[in-house]
Amino acid sequence: MDTRHNRPAPGRFWSWFFPVGRQTGGWAYALNRITALGLTFYLFLHLIVLSLLARGPEAYDRFLALVSNPIWIFGELLVVAAAILHGFNGIRIVLTTFGVSVTRQKQLFYALMVIAVIAILIFGIHMFTV
Amino acid sequence: MSETKWNITLRIYRQKEGEVPHYDEYRMEVEPDEYVLDAVERVWAFRDRTVCFRHACHHSTCGACGMRINGVEKLSCITYIRDVTADGAVLKIEPLRNFPVVSDLVVDMGSLYARMESVHAQSVLPVPQAEIENPPGQWDAEDEGYLRLVDCIECGLCISACPSAATSSGYLGPAVLAGAQANGVKGRPELLQLVDSEDGVWRCHSAFECTAVCPSFVDPARRIMDLRTQIVVERIKGLFRKS
Repeated sequence: MDTRHNRPAPGRFWSWFFPVGRQTGGWAYALNRITALGLTFYLFLHLIVLSLLARGPEAYDRFLALVSNPIWIFGELLVVAAAILHGFNGIRIVLTTFGVSVTRQKQLFYALMVIAVIAILIFGIHMFTV
Repeated sequence: MSETKWNITLRIYRQKEGEVPHYDEYRMEVEPDEYVLDAVERVWAFRDRTVCFRHACHHSTCGACGMRINGVEKLSCITYIRDVTADGAVLKIEPLRNFPVVSDLVVDMGSLYARMESVHAQSVLPVPQAEIENPPGQWDAEDEGYLRLVDCIECGLCISACPSAATSSGYLGPAVLAGAQANGVKGRPELLQLVDSEDGVWRCHSAFECTAVCPSFVDPARRIMDLRTQIVVERIKGLFRKS
């Protein structure tokens, strides 16, 4: 009998993000993976951008002129948001791993996410106004 | 029981040998205060004798009737229909995830039982060792002679709900790690080796879904975190022993 679809397998990673029936911890788990994937994608993008330096200062200056528009700044804000959310979610994991707030992990997650959102807002205001 | 009647559609996952998985629908009248297992049994009794499912005790002691009910792992014998659907709505019944399907709603849980044995999970524990709510500050000498059934009923709901278990066939899983925690790793080097591994406690990435679905208040996530602390303590002690 072919029962591959119901067996654990690396190809079933999509279920990490499937929201039906998930509790707070499950959403935190999904958020951690989404932000990690986003940051990994950004890392490669960052390396590509840095490689422009090898083409001379004019190529890099042209790129800097391109990224000064609000859409690019919003993209950078998404990177900042991913880093903050991932970092604060990581704090939740470290604390619970060592027995801190294990039975109150939901409240811990909500509290950390409130701090994260405030931090993202501060960064956003700074990036769009300065 | 109320006199209220609901008309619901039971959408049951079906898969027999060699078949492509699909869903069969059964429209039926139910009482909202009935349990989901009652509805599934009625489908089997009066509509379709080929529907396969497991059940035994009907009071959440055996752990046999674990299913996914509208996407959430539950024991169908203690899940009221009114809590999971509404009049005129669909009630989706699927087998547990992360176990091979044997037939329809029946999955092969052999891997769970084998792993429970590998960590020497106990069926009973001396009362002072069993984690109970509001334990006395001091146990009487007489109490220490009594045994208590452990809370875990090996229903597999935690493994089905665990997102990490979905992608790693070697992961011991929440129930097994909880069983290891109850034993403790102190003085058990082989158990320490087993749980302090890639497929042991470190595979858990803190989704806490296991604790959310556990019908028996085992709280596997808390036990996994406690097991991590035990492991770190043992490893640090080990460094000093070697020196």
